[in-house]
Amino acid sequence: MLNKALTDLLTKMADDELILGHRNSEWTGLGPVMEEDIAFSSMAQDKIGHAWALYNTLEEKQLITQSADMFAFCRPENEFKCSHLVELPNAGYDFSLMRHFLFDHAEAVRYESLQDSSFEPLRNLSKKVKGELKYHTLHANAWVLQLSKGGEESYDRMQTALNEIIGLAAGIFEPSKDYEDILIAEKVYPGEKALYTRWLESIYPVLVKASLNLPDVAALTPGYGGRQGKHTSYLAPLLKEMGEVFNLDVDASW
Amino acid sequence: MSLDPRVNRLKLGDPTAVIKVEAGENWNVYEVFHQEKRGAHHEHVGCVHAPDPQMALIFAKEQFGRRKKCVNLWVVKSADILAFDSEDEDMFANNMEKTYRDASGFKVMEKINKFKQSKGATNHVK
Repeated sequence: MLNKALTDLLTKMADDELILGHRNSEWTGLGPVMEEDIAFSSMAQDKIGHAWALYNTLEEKQLITQSADMFAFCRPENEFKCSHLVELPNAGYDFSLMRHFLFDHAEAVRYESLQDSSFEPLRNLSKKVKGELKYHTLHANAWVLQLSKGGEESYDRMQTALNEIIGLAAGIFEPSKDYEDILIAEKVYPGEKALYTRWLESIYPVLVKASLNLPDVAALTPGYGGRQGKHTSYLAPLLKEMGEVFNLDVDASW
Repeated sequence: MSLDPRVNRLKLGDPTAVIKVEAGENWNVYEVFHQEKRGAHHEHVGCVHAPDPQMALIFAKEQFGRRKKCVNLWVVKSADILAFDSEDEDMFANNMEKTYRDASGFKVMEKINKFKQSKGATNHVK
């Protein structure tokens, strides 16, 4: 039972990182300025790196039967556990930056909690990614502040982006129906509810500093479903594109 | 109206009008200094464009801190650097008869080696 719970947790974390890493990498070469293009692409690579580490842990601990690569790229859509937030295609840079801000704060509180995890690979990984995530949130915070103070249009676009995706971002913290209790009891992680509260505490001061209004979170409809394998219509075409070359010949040695 | 958005942003409409530059409208160039290990000198490695020093530091980190080993970065607005004019290069010309000013002119390695040896000997006794 615990193994199944661990597989579920690691898979949803890895899928979030893989899909958002890919989405953010779509900005490569198109970023607003060269410096930002490089920084954003580099952070997208970091995310793929986190996904890779998690998929490899699944393989090494024999929590999955396939290899990490096959698991990452050759599962049917309904076996993916990523949240709806990461699936959405890029709109403007305002949208992508806000998603980056909300997701990376969520990632930071999650990995911070894993520093005390009873599952050693997660404990080790959390130490390894700490510095990266510190930079990611620093970068996100600076942009949110910069753009919310960049005149009326800029401010409005940031507020609109926040209003549009805060509910989807809350969907990151969709608790697992079957495995939440055992993961908490076994001290693998503190559970989605606790992380959700910590996340709000983490984003709130930045939003206040940026004079952005956090919508009433009690009235939000969180974008749930992704963790159960129910996805938006954007995921299937993305998976097809991501695996296009790999699927030409899955047995090829690269 | 120009086809170049950078020119349009300059709002060059009326040549007599006073041009007001909003904060953050024009980005500055910042020089980046890279420190390889604690206690080492910060060395100049290049520059970044940024709207303010904080963003400059954030850009510099990915630009210059991710390949070579790096423990710290400085950014300084390029405009804040005071430099000589290139045409004043002649001030730096060395007169032939002053080679004694070159540190390389001193032959000290022999003395240093001798000192090291004597120190090594005393350590041995201890």
